Amino acid sequence: MAAEIRPKRPFRWHIGVFLAPAVLVYTAIMILPLAGTLQLSLFRNIEQHQVFVGLENFRTLFGDPNWSVNFWNALRNNTWFFIIHMLVQNPIGVMLAALLSSPRLRFSAFYRTAIFVPTILSFVIVGFAWKLILSPLWGVAPHLLDLVGLKSLFTPWLGKEEYALTALSLISVWQFVGIPMMLIYAALLSIPEEVIEAAECDGITGMSQFWKIKLPLILPSIGIISILTFVGNFNAFDLIYTAQGALAGPNYSTDILGTFLYRAFFGFQLQVGDPNMGAAIATMMFVIILGGVCVYLFLVQTRLRRYQF
Amino acid sequence: MTTKLLTALLLGTSILGSAGVANAADVTLNIESWRGDDLAIWKDKLIPAFEAKNPGIKVVFAPSAPTEYDAALGAKLAAGSAGDLITCRPFDKSLELFKKGNLADLSALPGMENFSPVAKSAWQTDDGKASFCVPMASVIHGFIYNKDAFDKLGIKVPQTRDEFFAALDKIKADGTYIPMAMGTKDLWEAATMGYQNIGPNYWKGEDGRAALIKGDQKLTDKDWVAPYEELAKWKPYLGDGFEAQTYPDSQNLFTLGRAAIYPAGSWEIGLFNTQAQFKMGAFPPPVEKAGDTCYISDHTDIGMGLNAASKNADAAKTFLSWVASPDFATIYANALPGFFSLNSAPVKMADPLAQEFVSWRGKCKSTIRSTYQILSRGTPNLENETWVESANVINGTDTPEAAAKKLQTGLDSWYKPAK
Repeated sequence: MAAEIRPKRPFRWHIGVFLAPAVLVYTAIMILPLAGTLQLSLFRNIEQHQVFVGLENFRTLFGDPNWSVNFWNALRNNTWFFIIHMLVQNPIGVMLAALLSSPRLRFSAFYRTAIFVPTILSFVIVGFAWKLILSPLWGVAPHLLDLVGLKSLFTPWLGKEEYALTALSLISVWQFVGIPMMLIYAALLSIPEEVIEAAECDGITGMSQFWKIKLPLILPSIGIISILTFVGNFNAFDLIYTAQGALAGPNYSTDILGTFLYRAFFGFQLQVGDPNMGAAIATMMFVIILGGVCVYLFLVQTRLRRYQF
Repeated sequence: MTTKLLTALLLGTSILGSAGVANAADVTLNIESWRGDDLAIWKDKLIPAFEAKNPGIKVVFAPSAPTEYDAALGAKLAAGSAGDLITCRPFDKSLELFKKGNLADLSALPGMENFSPVAKSAWQTDDGKASFCVPMASVIHGFIYNKDAFDKLGIKVPQTRDEFFAALDKIKADGTYIPMAMGTKDLWEAATMGYQNIGPNYWKGEDGRAALIKGDQKLTDKDWVAPYEELAKWKPYLGDGFEAQTYPDSQNLFTLGRAAIYPAGSWEIGLFNTQAQFKMGAFPPPVEKAGDTCYISDHTDIGMGLNAASKNADAAKTFLSWVASPDFATIYANALPGFFSLNSAPVKMADPLAQEFVSWRGKCKSTIRSTYQILSRGTPNLENETWVESANVINGTDTPEAAAKKLQTGLDSWYKPAK
């Protein structure tokens, strides 16, 4: 064949071909449903027809006390849920990772696995198991406390308004503490030996080595973990639903945005589902999460110092 | 699920096919239902009994899963492929089908006169003019007690509230048994077994319920707050940590013989009979003074209607008239103890506990749960709020007055009674 010389550079089809699967799948299962939800939130079912009502659903959500009280309550609870995770789960995760990466620790592979196992359990199992553990009737918790003479400390935590949400947050922490641990553990392992050795030459060892050398180096990972926790917590639903039911009792004290959305969207018992109001709540959740992620990306991440080795 | 459906379909067609061979004039009726649990009862008892009396009509019971039933039925009705007979959920779900023209008006069906107005209320238009389902079964609220425990402590079955609380005090003082097995964790126990159980005695059953719907009474009235005041008094008699006690916990606590009294719905009878190792008895919600009229919650739960598009409407009506007959009621109520026929004709039942429950219909007046008809259509949903507030009252986190006020405020925000 005679060689054909084209002056123009050929269109690079392979780029499109390689991108196509990801773009198509992502569009089909993420972007379209998201757009569908946003669209649904702008409509209302009036006499069996979907009618465009603009932002009317949001006005109901924030203006009608029947909705707004529940919404703010859910948002407040959700924020507390998140705070507990940030204050308990992530520091414990970092601590466990620091302990695990210590060369003197024996059986570290065993601990690593054992601590990570709850993460891969189903919410249904975790919710049910903890409900049983904390059960005042057959649970091991009152019994164990009794053995050490602290029975008086036991209360039916999951049934008390003032404790239920905190108890559930801690259950969730127990389940997911493996994730920050693994990520930080990986980050700690990637710190080059030379840096550590140089620190040791300068006389920085032990705790101060962790605070002054290792912690600054793993800060970007901690940032990523915080944002993952944020997104995960504001999307949470399963644990509350399996442990407390869709009404998130007692007295809505464990109601978070996920359960509130569920009741609005699908209905519950005699309450008929309202997909449009549900979509409005889902949109608000999207906005909250988007806002949080943006704050992180533009305000926090740009200020984090990165070290290249 | 798919295989099940396929089997059912194949089974259906094979029956259809063989029926066609046997007798060309045979009519086959299909029943839509969510009660897959009842398949054996229908196949072995109910349908043969009907077919023996009505040669020429074949009946096929074709249930789908409870969670799929409403959606599947809606789709089938829209496509015109739904069965001739439709099992009806109570209140709004069936009313909606009737309004859409999917269910036929059965007000004039022979046999409907066998039912009281309360029994029919779950499947009527709001004005009560048209009925569209034959009532099949209801569940009755009351208290089931551990007979052995009562005998041992020398407690007589309480008739009045004072006797009731005296009995509870005695059980508590003795300490062997937890006086009452109920928890507030699942919320609905407090509302359904608590408020709706003892409430009718205060608000005078149907009178109060109708007045509430009309707007003549409010949930903040004395008759509606008083049941909450009684519930608040239950707290000391419940087990340790009742705030985190779930519904299955309560059931186990009672059937294991650790609790003396169980605020119950009659649907428990079947399970309790198989699990409890002691003798059980039941009593209706105690009244204020001996000799007062008693009221019970006799809640309509399941009915059967006619698909308006059915090609075999006449045969289907014959079947529905049979469903409305005492014959059907006897077979059904005995096969499922605790699900009582709504038929006015007395039904002979073998189960003593079920007999006890149903005997109250003779001496007490029946009503249904106050929140189910009309009042739970809006936001906030009155039934759901009643769950939450009943649990709050028992937990002591809300006073009876505050709970009643919250419910009424919520109801007022969307419900305008027709004057």
